[in-house]
Amino acid sequence: MTWIVRNLWLIPALPAVAAGLSSLAKQGQRKFAASLAIGSMGVALVFSLFAFFHVLSSIHSGGPAREVFDFSWLQYGSDSLKLGWMLDPLTAVMLVMISFVGLLIFIYSTGYMAHDENFTRFFCFLSLFAAAMLGVVIANSLLLLFMCWELVGLTSYLLIGFWYQRPAAAAAAKKAFITTRIGDLAFLIGMVWLYSQSGTLLFYDGGAGCMEQSAIAHMVAQSTAAGMMVSTAIALLIFAGAVGKSGQVPLHVWLPDAMEGPTPVSALIHAATMVAAGVFLIARVYPLMSANGEIRAAMSSTTQLQVVTWVGAITAVFAALIAVAQNDIKRILAYSTVSQLGYMMMGLGVGGVAVGMFHLITHAFFKALLFLGAGSVIHGCHDEQDIHRMGGLKKLMPITFATYAIGMLALCGFPLFFSGFWSKDAILHAAQEWSVSRVPFYLGAFGALLTAFYMTRQVCYVFFGESRLSESMRHSNGAGSAPLYERSATPHESPAVMTMPLIILAACAILLGIIGTPAWPWFDRLLNGQPATVDGSRFYEAGVLSVMLLSSAIVFVGLGLGWWFYGRKPIASADAPDAVEELQPQIFRVLRNKFYVDELYQATFLRFNAWLAQVSDWFDRWIWNGAVRAVSYLVLGLSWVARSTDAYVVNRGFDEGCKSARDGGRLLSHMQDGRTQNYLRVVGVAFAVLVVFLIWGGSR
Amino acid sequence: MTSLAGCLLLSAILFAVGLAGALVRRSAILVLIGIELMLNAANLNFIAFWRYGPNPEALTGMMFVIFSIGVAAAEAAVGLALIIFLYRNKRTTDIDRVNSMRG
Repeated sequence: MTWIVRNLWLIPALPAVAAGLSSLAKQGQRKFAASLAIGSMGVALVFSLFAFFHVLSSIHSGGPAREVFDFSWLQYGSDSLKLGWMLDPLTAVMLVMISFVGLLIFIYSTGYMAHDENFTRFFCFLSLFAAAMLGVVIANSLLLLFMCWELVGLTSYLLIGFWYQRPAAAAAAKKAFITTRIGDLAFLIGMVWLYSQSGTLLFYDGGAGCMEQSAIAHMVAQSTAAGMMVSTAIALLIFAGAVGKSGQVPLHVWLPDAMEGPTPVSALIHAATMVAAGVFLIARVYPLMSANGEIRAAMSSTTQLQVVTWVGAITAVFAALIAVAQNDIKRILAYSTVSQLGYMMMGLGVGGVAVGMFHLITHAFFKALLFLGAGSVIHGCHDEQDIHRMGGLKKLMPITFATYAIGMLALCGFPLFFSGFWSKDAILHAAQEWSVSRVPFYLGAFGALLTAFYMTRQVCYVFFGESRLSESMRHSNGAGSAPLYERSATPHESPAVMTMPLIILAACAILLGIIGTPAWPWFDRLLNGQPATVDGSRFYEAGVLSVMLLSSAIVFVGLGLGWWFYGRKPIASADAPDAVEELQPQIFRVLRNKFYVDELYQATFLRFNAWLAQVSDWFDRWIWNGAVRAVSYLVLGLSWVARSTDAYVVNRGFDEGCKSARDGGRLLSHMQDGRTQNYLRVVGVAFAVLVVFLIWGGSR
Repeated sequence: MTSLAGCLLLSAILFAVGLAGALVRRSAILVLIGIELMLNAANLNFIAFWRYGPNPEALTGMMFVIFSIGVAAAEAAVGLALIIFLYRNKRTTDIDRVNSMRG
């Protein structure tokens, strides 16, 4: 057990300590809070790199790829509840990604939130979030993972509702928490069921863990009442938790509303890390997801993975369609995130852990880049968020434009140079080879087309043409509690503390592609615990080149369409109608209203919930309250009986007793009349009687 | 009837008369007389048993009776003193009127 594995807990613990200390800081101690957060994150990054290199050297020297440290947390009787952390390739890459992206976003936030008076509170919550997320990835126990999962959800609520005085932000925070809670409920049920089936919640425990062979085989052999395998049922319940957290359809409704939070929050939580936790969870419990009975062939997909794939594919297209018609710069990116999460789930379903996780890692970098770039744009346009009122920023904010363009091309999957191309390609390739159905592949391809289209639309509106900022009146669309400083009509570039992270992330968005090409599938082999070799001939394996060409063609068609509609002629004014909207107004309206899903939920679940609340209120008022009242009346009655008994029976009885004693005494006192002769007479008679008795009675 | 029995009968009758007088008479002096009578009846009893008993020559019975007469006299003196004080306080010798120790 090496030093780093034994002390892996330090990685989440340091940001937690930073959060605790900065919660005690006063509002003015900004440098203290920020340096605590950034410092702890930096140290966490250093430790994560240690762990990563440890795993690498372990793989190359043929050692075990996975190391585990378990300990007993609660004792009950002779049994105990164990928790633990683990270090394997999946953990290592997530640790490095989270701490690196997190560190860059923390640095960016010092610039973005500089004008906010609640700067200290922001960094406290950010550190707490980082601690919880790091805890999720190192957990070896499903229980520990769930605890950190809940903590992540809590900090997401706190950060979305950071500007809680705004009703929209408070409502969005509540919506996020409640929607993810629905998924978490299913997750909890699945977790409890898993514990009852396998007797442990540790993933890996030297053969006895719940993700290891014996436990999985046991679960596969059992069937539920509905005829489904127990392993399938548990896996679907756990997947429901991921559906909530990762914003898959139907629980995707909270993610776009979560854009009410500050942009660094959107970048960190709702693009790179927290929403990726759902995907990570599926990767972590992949042995359960891929557990098959012996009846099925080894290569065919399990029921639960098919569900994952279909949900992912549908989400990918659904969200991409909505993104086409949005006008808020952050909403477009939010729906894009939902769509890309769908791709990740699809990748996990059709291709396995490495395929989905590679897209997660590349997505984290370029989506964080896009969000931070959007933040820079919002900051530069003085808190304007409507893309119709931006424009011309290519000349006015060059660094932001360059990095945003790199991120956009990575997201679209522009061939060869950008990491997004390789990761999306891996997913499409795996989907094409999927034995169950070709439909996810077609959905994925259509989604890629839409992605290129809406991103081009966004870039054309925001960066090209002339600036439309001056013609807009100030209205309350702008986010946040920024002070009412001078609204000049000219946008300006952001300070270096905000553009440096953009540049670093842009570099990563390009360079990360190298580790995922078919010629050198370093990432894929890493997750399987094997060293990788460079081999150019892998490009000529079946289907690889054709998918690469197809996806490149899709990207170019999408970019071309977007340029045709939005880039050819500069956009005339802020109020000019959207080009696609002119073509198909009804479809555009449906898309802009997000397929009316929120309204559907409002009319069904929320109304039902309100009705249920009324029923509960009635119950509480009349039935439970009535019962309490009945008990209280009963007690009052008993006390009345006791009091009357005391007053009328006990007291009266006692008084009567005393009265009879007194009366008896009075009677007897009549005998004492003060006349001695009478007393003597009595003595005489008594004496005579006594003598008679003694003589005739006693002598017998 | 023997002489002893006759004497004893006489003393018994005297005692009963004295007792009756002490218990029934209303005047205090007459109660005292009744008490004297009882004492004398007892004396008579002593003498009878001395005269007709085993040792008539010894002076035992006679000494006893002389003591008894002496005590009776002292007691009568005390009783009369009490009656005089009673009369001074209550202006009557009717013992039925002396009931201030009533309960």
